[in-house]
Amino acid sequence: MDTYSLLRQFADSWMLLALFLFFVGMVIWVFRPGSAAKDREIGNIPFRNEDKPAPADSSAKTPKEA
Amino acid sequence: MGNYIKLIVLGLLTLLALIAANFSRDLAYLVAMLSFATAGGITFLYVLRKAGDAPITADLSGQYMDGVVRAGVIATAFWGVVGFLVGVTIAFQLAWPVLNWEWAQGYFNFGRLRPLHTSAVIFAFGGNALIATSFYVVQRTSAARLWGGGLPWFVFWGYQLFIVLAATGYILGATQSKEYAEPEWYTDIWLTIVWVMYLLVFVMTLVKRKEPHIYVANWFYLSFIITVAMLHLVNNMSIPVSLYGSKSVQVMSGVQDAMTQWWYGHNAVGFFLTAGFLGMMYYFVPKQAERPVFSYKLSIIHFWALIFLYIWAGPHHLHYTALPDWAGTLGMAFSIVLWMPSWGGMINGLMTLSGAWDKLRTDPIIRMMVISIGFYGMSTFEGPMMSIRAVNSLSHYTDWTIGHVHSGALGWNGMITFGALYFLVPKLWNKERLYSLKLVSWHFWLATIGIILYAASMWVTGIMEGLMWREVDANGFLVNSFADTVAAKFPMLVVRGTGGLMFLTGACIMCYNLWMTVVSSPAVETDNSAVPAE
Repeated sequence: MDTYSLLRQFADSWMLLALFLFFVGMVIWVFRPGSAAKDREIGNIPFRNEDKPAPADSSAKTPKEA
Repeated sequence: MGNYIKLIVLGLLTLLALIAANFSRDLAYLVAMLSFATAGGITFLYVLRKAGDAPITADLSGQYMDGVVRAGVIATAFWGVVGFLVGVTIAFQLAWPVLNWEWAQGYFNFGRLRPLHTSAVIFAFGGNALIATSFYVVQRTSAARLWGGGLPWFVFWGYQLFIVLAATGYILGATQSKEYAEPEWYTDIWLTIVWVMYLLVFVMTLVKRKEPHIYVANWFYLSFIITVAMLHLVNNMSIPVSLYGSKSVQVMSGVQDAMTQWWYGHNAVGFFLTAGFLGMMYYFVPKQAERPVFSYKLSIIHFWALIFLYIWAGPHHLHYTALPDWAGTLGMAFSIVLWMPSWGGMINGLMTLSGAWDKLRTDPIIRMMVISIGFYGMSTFEGPMMSIRAVNSLSHYTDWTIGHVHSGALGWNGMITFGALYFLVPKLWNKERLYSLKLVSWHFWLATIGIILYAASMWVTGIMEGLMWREVDANGFLVNSFADTVAAKFPMLVVRGTGGLMFLTGACIMCYNLWMTVVSSPAVETDNSAVPAE
C-alpha cells in the first residue's frame, strides 16, 4: 500500500476514534465531581498577584484570595 | 566573557549581512540585508556600551517584567495607525484609481500596498498586541516573572525587524504570492527564529508558575503560538533561487500548494486572529468587569472544541476549484460545526457581565469589549454561512468576503485590542486613570459607525457584484461585462473608504488619549509610607 492510502486509512479509523474519545473524555472530565469549587478557584486567578509575583515559598500551595 | 561572545557573534552577523548586501541580485534583498546589518550593528553598539557596566546582581524575581510590555503597547498603537492609514489609502485607490499615482507606479500602487495593509494590521498591529498582552497575562496569571532574562526583548525587537523586512519587501516586490504569507524565504527564516524564542519564553514562564493551574487565557495563547509555528513552517517550504536574491520556488505545486496555503490561511484566522485574541478576552473582560469569567467549564470546552474543529475548515476557501469535492465538503461541514464553540465562547464572554450590565452605561472600555465580542459572534455566524458551497458561489471573489473579514478584524480584533490598550496603559505607567473617558467614547462611536458603514456597503456591493456576474439573458449570454460591475460599485466604495477613515480617526484619538495618560494623568499614590496598624 502506498504511503497516502496507508495514512488515509489510519486517519479515517484509529486516529479519528482516538481524537473523538479524547474529546468526549475531556467533556466528561470537565463535569467530574468536585470540579465546580476548583473551577471557581481557577477562575479567580486574574484577581490575584496583580502587582508582583507570588513569593518563592508559596508555590504548589493554594494561594489565598489577595 | 559572555559579552565578548555576544560581540563576536553580532559582529560576524553584521559582516555577513553586509557581504550578502554586496552580492545582492535585487533591490528588495539589498534593502533586507542592509536592515539586518543595521539591526546587528545597533545591537553590537548597545552591547559594547554596556560591556563595562557592573553586572546586575539584584534579584528581579520579585517584580514583573513590564518594560517589554510597555514597548509592545507603543508598537501596537503605532503599527495600528500605520496599517489603518494604508488601508484607507487603498480603499480610496479602489474608488478613484487616479490615486495610483503615475510617479509611484511599481511601489505605491494598489497591488503593492494591499499586502502591506493586510500584514501591517494582522501581523504588526495584531501580532504586537498578542505578544505584549500574552507577556502581561502570562506573568499575572502565573504569578511569576517572564523567563529568559533579556530574551523577551529579543522577541520584541526581532519581531519589529521581521515587520520591517516584510514591509520593505512588499513595496519593492519581493513576494511568494501566498495570501497572508507573502514574505520571502529569508524573512520566513528570521520569523521562525523569533517565534521559537517567543514559544520558549512563554512555555518556560508557565513552567515556573506559582499558581497550581494554568489559567484558560494561557491555553489560548499557547495554542496560538504553537499552531502558528506549525502553519508557518509547512506553508513556507521553499527553495531560494539564489542565496543572494529574494526569489524562491515553492516545494509543493498545483492543488496541493493551494490546499496547504488555505490550510495555513484559514488557521491564521483561527489561531492568530481567534485563539490568540480569545486569550485576551478571557483575561481583560473579567478584569475590566471585575468579575470572573461566566463559566470556567464552558471555557475549557470552548478551547478544545475550537482547536479540534478550526484546523479542518481551510478547504472552504477552494470551492469550485481543482480541489476534490469531498475535501471542500469536509471543510464546509467543519466550518458549520464551528458555530458551536464560537458562540459558546461569545456567550461566555458576554455573560461575564451578568450582574454588571450597568457598567455598560458608565464604562466606555467595557462597552468596547462587549461590542468586540458582539462582532466576534456576528462574523463567526457569517463565516460558516459563507462557507456553504451554494452561498459561496455567490459570495466568492466579491467584496462580501472583504466585508466579512473586516467585521471580524476591525470589530473583533480591533475593538478587543483597543479595550486591552485602554486597560493596560494606566496600569503599565502607574497612572490612576485614563486621561479622558470622553475621548474613549468618541473613539468607540467613530470606530463602531465606521465598521457599520464598512460592512454594510460591502454587503451591498458584494451581493450586487455576485448577482451581476451570474446574470444571463434569455439566450444564455452574460448580461454584464466586468467593467459594468466595477462602475456600479463606485458609491459603495466611497462609503467603505469613509468608514475606514472614521475608524482611523478613532485610532488617532486613542493614541492622543494614551499619550496624554502617560504624560499628564495623576500617578497612583504609593502606599509605601503607610505602615498598616497591627
